[in-house]
Amino acid sequence: MTERPERFDAIVIGAGHNGLVCAALLGKAGKRVLVLEAGSQVGGATVTREFADGFAVSACAHLVYQLQPAVTRALDFKPKYAVEGLDTVALDRTGAHVRYAGGELRGAGAGDTERYRDFHRRMTRYAGVLEHWLNRPPPRLATRDLDDRLGLLGMGLRLRRLGKRDMREFLRLITSNMHDELDEHFASPLLKGALAFDAVLGTGLGPRSPNSIMTYLYRLAGGGELAVPAGGMGLVAADLAGIANNAGVDIRTDSAVARIVVETGRVAGVETVAGRRFDSRTVISNADPKRTILELLGARHVETGFTRRIHHIRMQGTAAKLHLALDGLPEMPGLEPRDYAQRLVIAPDAHYVERAFNPVKYAEFSPRPVIEMIFPSLRDTSLAPDGKHVMSAIVQYVPYVLAGGWRETARQALIDTVLQTIQPYAPDLESRIVASELMTPADIEREFMITGGHWHHGELSLAQCLFVRPVAGAAQYRMPIDGLYLCGAGTHPGGGVSGAAGRNAANVILERDKT
Amino acid sequence: MTDNVIDRAFEAFEVPQGRLKTPFHARLAALDTINAWHTWNGYTVPDALYCAEIEYFAIRNACAVFDLSPMSKYRVSGPDALPYIDRLVTRDMRKIPVGRVGYAVWCDDRGQVIDDGTVFHLRDGEYRLCSQERHLAWLLAAAVGFDVTVVDETAEVAALAVQGPSSFSILERLGIQGLATLKPFCLTHCNFRGTELMVSRTGFTGDLGYELWVEPSRALDLWDALFEAGALTGIRPIGTDALNLARIEAGFLQARADFLPSESVLRTGRTRSPLELGLGWLVDFKKPNFNGRRALAEELRNGSTWQLVKLDIDGNKPAKDAYVYDRPGRRRREIGFVTSAVWSPVCKKNIALATVRATARAAHAQPGDKLWVEIYYQREMHWRRVMAGAEVVDKPFWFPARRAATPPAPY
Repeated sequence: MTERPERFDAIVIGAGHNGLVCAALLGKAGKRVLVLEAGSQVGGATVTREFADGFAVSACAHLVYQLQPAVTRALDFKPKYAVEGLDTVALDRTGAHVRYAGGELRGAGAGDTERYRDFHRRMTRYAGVLEHWLNRPPPRLATRDLDDRLGLLGMGLRLRRLGKRDMREFLRLITSNMHDELDEHFASPLLKGALAFDAVLGTGLGPRSPNSIMTYLYRLAGGGELAVPAGGMGLVAADLAGIANNAGVDIRTDSAVARIVVETGRVAGVETVAGRRFDSRTVISNADPKRTILELLGARHVETGFTRRIHHIRMQGTAAKLHLALDGLPEMPGLEPRDYAQRLVIAPDAHYVERAFNPVKYAEFSPRPVIEMIFPSLRDTSLAPDGKHVMSAIVQYVPYVLAGGWRETARQALIDTVLQTIQPYAPDLESRIVASELMTPADIEREFMITGGHWHHGELSLAQCLFVRPVAGAAQYRMPIDGLYLCGAGTHPGGGVSGAAGRNAANVILERDKT
Repeated sequence: MTDNVIDRAFEAFEVPQGRLKTPFHARLAALDTINAWHTWNGYTVPDALYCAEIEYFAIRNACAVFDLSPMSKYRVSGPDALPYIDRLVTRDMRKIPVGRVGYAVWCDDRGQVIDDGTVFHLRDGEYRLCSQERHLAWLLAAAVGFDVTVVDETAEVAALAVQGPSSFSILERLGIQGLATLKPFCLTHCNFRGTELMVSRTGFTGDLGYELWVEPSRALDLWDALFEAGALTGIRPIGTDALNLARIEAGFLQARADFLPSESVLRTGRTRSPLELGLGWLVDFKKPNFNGRRALAEELRNGSTWQLVKLDIDGNKPAKDAYVYDRPGRRRREIGFVTSAVWSPVCKKNIALATVRATARAAHAQPGDKLWVEIYYQREMHWRRVMAGAEVVDKPFWFPARRAATPPAPY
């Protein structure tokens, strides 16, 4: 005898932070919501986990800077941070580091300090336009629908309100490259290197690539303040899950979805790997668009033009994570004690960043990568045993597909390369390593089920954003089969721990049910 | 070997230079007297070989042989071949069993026609899709997520259309078995002197006729045997001009004449849906999904923009490219245009296929209704214009009983 499948108003596939935001908002609106998570804890790529005995770390994203105020407001969510308002410390070999946070720059020349303040002010202003755009579904183009037209009008007005001069400048910058812009304004190579890195972090772009300023503006669009979450990224997810639970959402871990069930041409529910069936006429996938459409749904249930576009989404990650368990903090010349709790960046100049980018085009990793490091255990003792520390580093550029394959020797070679790159800045780091964990984009794909290991679920570029994210004709979270929605980073506005996609998707579904 | 760098490059990469020749080209060239050729999918094909009108009468009164080797031919095979084809085309392919051929139309996601063609269900899990235009990129894109292999076999299969009242007798004389029971839109495999020959009762003439499919190395043998068997019953090679005349009489559509492949259209509103082309009978909304289904369902609800109509026009001036009006005189409104037009020798009628506004059709252009076409023609440099009456007709202009008769009458 088969059990009657449980019925829900909505099923969310994947308890990533966007999935949780979406589920919580639907739950708050009185829907009966089920969240199915493949992993044994919630969070997806926003997760804290142990990588060595007693040492834990945010396994993928490790800094919060894009969490949208619109999202925290809607959920009455107050994230707990171990450190807020982090400085970025652009490391210098001789210890003459440059530091910046918000519009304040320290350690570079007086001219740069002045110009940086102005640069930051302008960029923040432009990012404000994006922020407006990010927190609502992109309007559909060329329809007669009133909402679409009003939406477009709103976007245009937001732009126009910059004033004629700034609007022109915005439109010029959005397609432009970061390298040229930095060269125009600044003298300090360290500053230019770090800002170039900020612009391309997590993307498949170099500082000279077109629209690398847009990705920089995206970074600023959530406020741009960096924060280390207390308890690692996993606690952000756990808090969101708590909010969802309070809203009556049923969250089940260790419940990987095998497929989205289609009946008579529309979505009818999901089936887990364990063979359990859950019914719902609304299925919302937090998984990336390729995985959702091509694997969970199946191309045969949608049309060829659509699957062709999905198939062509560029989404090969270029960022790796290196986690180190340390028996103590390394000596880093020129760093004050408080600096260890800040964001440390190795990107000595913008050319260095561009050179680091070159090899990844040819399926090789950078011989001298750009690196972002934090020591989250410094202000959060839950992550490492007493007196010991963890280092979490983002290493760019590392290809998803490595020429010759990701063999053990290649992995060791990458770890050695990273350590050699850090060595001049922290000479005793290597001697303090107790354990290490490397996560290449291929590992990120495997562990977090993100196709291509791209943490934005698809490259962020003009060709893949706004009206065409994930693909043209399906940018409003609703997929071209009745009942299926996306709510992950693969949709507008994209990646980073922002929650905007989850909130926008929930709003689309609630709006649908109103009419 | 040559010293020319470019020539060497062509040799090294085997890039074809210039127009390709079909496997039958040697025979066609030998019979050709007027040297009028054009290109179809990169192949050299004749407009006509001696006289399009005489060639046309071979189709209707004897037996015409048309080289359709340049036709795009795609082999679709694998466990998912049926679901793949079924998602691709608008009709229900489960109703086309092995040994049957289905006329089909396929659309993009907007429900606009990419092309029409025939799907041959060759064997279990194996199909051949034939169309006038090239579509490999689309067919491969459609294969994402299906366990199928799609191969362009255009150059691997030589094909002849053998059409006309004496075609059955000629092929019997050629020694092909089982033709007497072969119904329209059926196919059979037989042995031609040690090589497999596929024979299908299909064609583009609306008459009794067959198509023969064989490997290119045996193409000339097949041609010679066929012409030997048909020598006493009027067998003749024909070019595309004669074929075009016959297909308009049969009411068949042609890509780039009556519609444009949607993937090649730049301007909005210049594509056509199957509903607009009068192919609604090929669209099966009972299928849960196929390319274009959502858009076509919406079109069905909201109404189409265009409608294809068959016109029987007064007089004998072919209404080529003519505008269509709802009435003559000064208050006339232009409601469409003619896409294909000929004087039909066999029907003794001035016929045309035209596209008119669907709203106009609802108001004016039901079968039996009268429309007007404005025909321009030239008399010794000076242009003349006639406003000719035209009746909207429902049935094909030409549909002889022998087209469907099984067994066909001997000749």
